[in-house]
Amino acid sequence: MSEYALRMNHVFKRFRRGDQHDSLRDLIPSLVKRAVRKDRERALAPHEFWVLNDISFDVRRGETLGIIGHNGAGKSTMLKHLSGIMVPTRGTIDVTGRLSALIEVGAGFHPDLTGRENVFLNGVILGMTRSEVKRKFDEIVDFAGLEEFIDTPVKRYSSGMFARLGFSVAAHLEPDILVIDEVLSVGDFAFQRKGIEKMRAIAKSGATVIFVSHNLQAVAEFCDRGILLERGSIVADGPTDQVIRRYLDTAISHGERTVRGPVRIVATSITGTGGEIGRFSAGNKARIKVLLEASASAEKVAVVIQLFDAAFYDVFNTSSERLTHSPVCLDAGQRAECEFEVDLHLGAGTYYLGVYLYRYDMEREYDHIFPATSFVMTTDRDTHGAANLYPVVTRFEALSETRPATLLAPGRSQG
Amino acid sequence: MIDALRELIRNRELLYMITWREIRIRYKQSVMGLLWAVLMPIIITSAGVVVRVAASRVSGQPITGADIGGIGVKALPWAFFVSALRFGTTSLTGNSSLVTKIKFPRLIFPLSSVLTSLFDMGIAVPVLLIVLPFAGVRPALTMLWVPLLLLILVIFTAGLCIAFSAANLFFRDIKYIVEVVLTFAIFFTPVLYDAAVAGKWSSILMLNPLAPILEGLNSSVILGRQPDLRWITYSACVSVLLFWSGIVFFRRLEPRFAESV
Repeated sequence: MSEYALRMNHVFKRFRRGDQHDSLRDLIPSLVKRAVRKDRERALAPHEFWVLNDISFDVRRGETLGIIGHNGAGKSTMLKHLSGIMVPTRGTIDVTGRLSALIEVGAGFHPDLTGRENVFLNGVILGMTRSEVKRKFDEIVDFAGLEEFIDTPVKRYSSGMFARLGFSVAAHLEPDILVIDEVLSVGDFAFQRKGIEKMRAIAKSGATVIFVSHNLQAVAEFCDRGILLERGSIVADGPTDQVIRRYLDTAISHGERTVRGPVRIVATSITGTGGEIGRFSAGNKARIKVLLEASASAEKVAVVIQLFDAAFYDVFNTSSERLTHSPVCLDAGQRAECEFEVDLHLGAGTYYLGVYLYRYDMEREYDHIFPATSFVMTTDRDTHGAANLYPVVTRFEALSETRPATLLAPGRSQG
Repeated sequence: MIDALRELIRNRELLYMITWREIRIRYKQSVMGLLWAVLMPIIITSAGVVVRVAASRVSGQPITGADIGGIGVKALPWAFFVSALRFGTTSLTGNSSLVTKIKFPRLIFPLSSVLTSLFDMGIAVPVLLIVLPFAGVRPALTMLWVPLLLLILVIFTAGLCIAFSAANLFFRDIKYIVEVVLTFAIFFTPVLYDAAVAGKWSSILMLNPLAPILEGLNSSVILGRQPDLRWITYSACVSVLLFWSGIVFFRRLEPRFAESV
């Protein structure tokens, strides 16, 4: 058997932007138009672009590879090529062994079928035989922790239960190559942990794992090797830490720009008061600096900052205006700097900073850059979530007298 | 083509599971359950009886039990054809999450629509078998033609489903066209009437590949006569050709499915 589990050789994929005819009703007039106005139509030819542009890499057997990149860099498209769902325009992909791709948890689950029925259905869809599913059935249900609900239609499941069952089926595939897209962002924290453990066990058993995620922390924790994709090309390939650092470095220059107004964001940085960059401990103080420049005179410019977590959930936002600082007016060519000081009471994980230039009275957006930069938070306590509340257990002991449970305050959380 | 069939055989469990899912859902969701499979043929047969009664008023010939039995025998395969084609056409677009997320031979989708409809027909057949003796139909050796005729019907239907499912993925209005054509196709197909009523024009009706199959079923089951072999051969050839070209067409478009769905 070859030493490589997977090889991509100069893979190109062309996508078409803009109009696509998906009804005959549209096709016929457009054919007529094309016949009548040949030259003009050619000038306006639908825009095509390379969503994958000359991708070549090899993955050794047993390697764990993480693929990172901004939205639209081509990560998901690449996975779809690896798993054979899409076919490249040019180039070849060689796969040695049984490959299972988990692009979406519970794809193929039917809401009206019970958990049991869906396990069989999904297992076979993902490439197991029915007897294999039967053999592993108890293990799958046990892993998902859904014994009591297994004969309930999955439409009555919570989204967490749904995701757990879906992941559990996929985790029991025993593939040679496992391709996973973002699926560990599902389920509650305890289950995510369990999922990572399971993936680690799969990797340890000698399988090759290819993992795509926005969650840089998970990638860093799990993968030996990273690949950074940018606009369909590989720009970095090497040890995960280095590739992630490279990604964070380039994050500033590759945020998505939307508005080109008279004033634009030139640079954004977040620096700890102790000089830290890119990595902070919970509770650190940090300064967010935004440098802007006007190309023409701009009135009443306010700066908005917004923090997103790894799942791009908006965890925090504010603005110079909302902090009662008056907006600035800039002449052509003039620069301005805006600085926020923040206490980073954030949970562990990766965060992305977005910056907007906004005029409040006109409700006009001048410029917008996201992600302007990103950083990683670490914490010494085992907590989860966007906020860090610095928990300490102050008391936990068995009580001497037994009290009826009804004396507990109603509405007490179980978490 | 051989590749495609080999791939299907390798994935027969998947075909089974997808078909099982369709059947399960269809019978779980509808309150009527198994009655569902019988309802369509009953409606078609009733429509046929109305047409026949009207025709006999005009012609002065009384209707016989065999006439009505004949309509029943044709109604079942017609109901199968209509439902398979209807579900088959949307089978890829309706399973878009599977088409874009998981790799496996997509031919399974249109084929499972055919199998699901075949299952429905299988439910309705015993009902027909109970009713037929009351229409004066006695078992005859010619009934041995039935499996062959049904096989041709399935191949023909599968060919159309395969081609339309792929086409509908690229042109979403194909399904409306199919709906409209199916609604009126019953007038061009000898379901409610016999091809013979068209007299010397009947051979034009028989060009419809379904016509020889339906007429063949009528003659072998109801009339105890051997079907017209020339027309059956014609139907079989068209069906196999359609099936083959449907698969070739489908396989050629298959690499583009995931981007177009």
